[in-house]
Amino acid sequence: MSHSTKNRNPDYTPNDATPERRFPLRELVLFGALLAAVLAVYAIMGAAYSTRMLVEAACYAILALGLTIQWGYAGQFNAGVMGFVALGGFCAMLFSVPVNDAFWGTELPGELGKVLLYGIAATLIVVGATKLDRFGVPKKLRTVLAIVIGVVLYLVVISLLRDVTSQIQSQAGFIGGFGLPAWVGWVVGGALAGGVGYFIGHVCLGLRSDYLAIATLGIAEIIKAFLKNSDWLTRGTATVSPLPWPTPGPADIGFTLSRAIYLSVTAVVIAVVFFLLHRAYHAPWGRMIRAIRDNEVSSAAMGKDINKRRLEIFVLGCILMGLGGGMLGTFNSLFDPQGYLPLNHTFLVLVMVILGGPGNNLGTIFGAVAVYIIWIMSEPLALFLMQLAVAFGEGVFGWDAPNNMDSRALQARVLVIGMLITLVLRFAPKGLLPEKIKTHG
Amino acid sequence: MNELVFFINNVVIAGSVTGSIYAIGAIGVTLIFSIMRFAHFAHADIMTFGAFMVLLLTTAFPAVGASIGVPTALVMLPLAMLLTAALAVGIDKAFYKPLRAHGVKPIVMVIGSLGVTLMLQGLIRLFSGTGGQSLYVDDRKEIFRIALPFEGVRAPIVITEPQIYLFVITLVAVVALHLFLNRSRLGKAMRAMSDNPELAQASGINTNTIVAVTWVIAGALAAIAGTLLSLDVTFKPDLSFFLLLPIFAAAIVGGVGHPYGAIAGGFVVGFAETLAVFNWNVLLRPFRDSLPTWLELPSNLAFVGTEYKIVVPFFILVAILVWRPTGLFKGKVI
Repeated sequence: MSHSTKNRNPDYTPNDATPERRFPLRELVLFGALLAAVLAVYAIMGAAYSTRMLVEAACYAILALGLTIQWGYAGQFNAGVMGFVALGGFCAMLFSVPVNDAFWGTELPGELGKVLLYGIAATLIVVGATKLDRFGVPKKLRTVLAIVIGVVLYLVVISLLRDVTSQIQSQAGFIGGFGLPAWVGWVVGGALAGGVGYFIGHVCLGLRSDYLAIATLGIAEIIKAFLKNSDWLTRGTATVSPLPWPTPGPADIGFTLSRAIYLSVTAVVIAVVFFLLHRAYHAPWGRMIRAIRDNEVSSAAMGKDINKRRLEIFVLGCILMGLGGGMLGTFNSLFDPQGYLPLNHTFLVLVMVILGGPGNNLGTIFGAVAVYIIWIMSEPLALFLMQLAVAFGEGVFGWDAPNNMDSRALQARVLVIGMLITLVLRFAPKGLLPEKIKTHG
Repeated sequence: MNELVFFINNVVIAGSVTGSIYAIGAIGVTLIFSIMRFAHFAHADIMTFGAFMVLLLTTAFPAVGASIGVPTALVMLPLAMLLTAALAVGIDKAFYKPLRAHGVKPIVMVIGSLGVTLMLQGLIRLFSGTGGQSLYVDDRKEIFRIALPFEGVRAPIVITEPQIYLFVITLVAVVALHLFLNRSRLGKAMRAMSDNPELAQASGINTNTIVAVTWVIAGALAAIAGTLLSLDVTFKPDLSFFLLLPIFAAAIVGGVGHPYGAIAGGFVVGFAETLAVFNWNVLLRPFRDSLPTWLELPSNLAFVGTEYKIVVPFFILVAILVWRPTGLFKGKVI
């Protein structure tokens, strides 16, 4: 903390201040190149494939917008985007999958509800026990009592829950969904991700910025472990598919058209989010957020509630990630907890944001689409290069290549992503489309 | 009594093993934190890299250890420590030093270290493949079964050869670090720099040397931790995300910037993990007959299943950040 306040933010120099009405040459060139790339993909790979790529890129753009307000607007680093994406995907699955009568038709929902009620009651008792010191119980005794009661009640509730969930698993498979439209799941997924973000932010945002990164990294792995191992809720490794779309599916009107309709839904969501963020960024609220990012002490001196503002923006970013995760999950039409990887869902988003321009919404969207195209195209390229290397090695040195070369070739992409992150931070810390800092007067 | 032996095998020994590994890893993290003031996310991958070096050397010369009577992997450990230390210094020169020179915020360094994490992961997987491999290439893993001289005790205490090496090496490493930090000139300079970098520089301490020394120590310790972990189980290239959280939790529990605290924190986290996944029903079984009849114990009384092990360090981390963000031993960096 002493570090960040002592040095002035090096990203900010008065030379950066751009006149307000500049011809957007850089934006036009970059987006023109992007359009050319998209058209090239359409020409080479066909319409159905390319539209799928665009829809996924659009979902990633929502995730990237979530990260750009956390990192770009407020300087908070979230290393666990994956967890929030997975939560969104889970909610999309839970709300849209058809109702499972093998579960709801039995007495199991009642049992499960009873256990949940026990859990709530146990929580209330423990919270009550922590307040015992108001009735004259010594503080040390209160702490001991609260911990003992908490441990015992936790063990009781968790063993009841284990009984019920194993029954659900053996009798009904999993609890199934609610059979509601997918967008309900997206909204709830955003809300749930925001709730988790509130919890994490509440714990970490008053402390060093590194702690937030550690905690988000942890919560992401926990969410994944939970979704992977709760077979009664998510079928775990058995995966759930298909997830119904809110738009007409490919079975009715063909791949290209259905994906194009889905793409327009995501485009509308992006447009709405973009518009709202744009307004918020230029509003006094956005100015306050940037003031806190650039100089905490002076903003505190101006009477801004720093921790509260930080929490606001962190939760907002998490909500967007949950929403984007839900849309991505529904589009894939498959809920596979093991498919959520830190590389694909955290670091790819990070690269999109820092390459596109943290704090610049347009740059973030550009980064999302551009990086996603490169990412998708790099898979066949990596395989091709590896085959070339193997052929070369065999031909020249008589090298006997191991047979899992393909999976290794894909690992080379991890290396490239890592290299991209370090190089961008070093040579273009403001991204391709830097944040425009307005000066007044 | 058999239950007690079961407890010793599953909690005391297992907890000490994980605790030692977390402790050695957390020392490195906390040293880097105290000198360079950022959370080094690539640490777990440097550990993996150290273990991978040992694996490579052991595969190249599998018969070296047999002539002296220790596993080859242990003979190769010092060499791997050297290589890993060199790697750590090289990473600093190539990636962190330019960022430091720009005067970036610590959080940008954190992102840079995440980039390094991915690069290391990619490199290691590119060369080792994604599966697990044993570090015992040519040797055999000895397992000692110590029968207890009590009546009615049938279960022996089980301890494996790498676990014994692990305890010895941890002890040696900790004592050596203690002597270095307290007796040597460099160690004292390091402590001075962690207390107040400007003052240390003003009093003629070469901060570049200190930074390099920190990386050498952190790299060497990371190689030890990674190798010992891979000896105990197997070498896997994708350990890192599961190691990071416990190691950071250990460093923060002990108070960031506090090497002895990191050791204590490592054991706290290690034992907490094993205690949380231990099935307490086993210990209560002998008293089953004296329990009231209305109380029926479920067969599984573990706090969390083994698949949720990662929840434990997270819970500890959150608890310590809420109640005592400076850590148990009052770390310097908040």
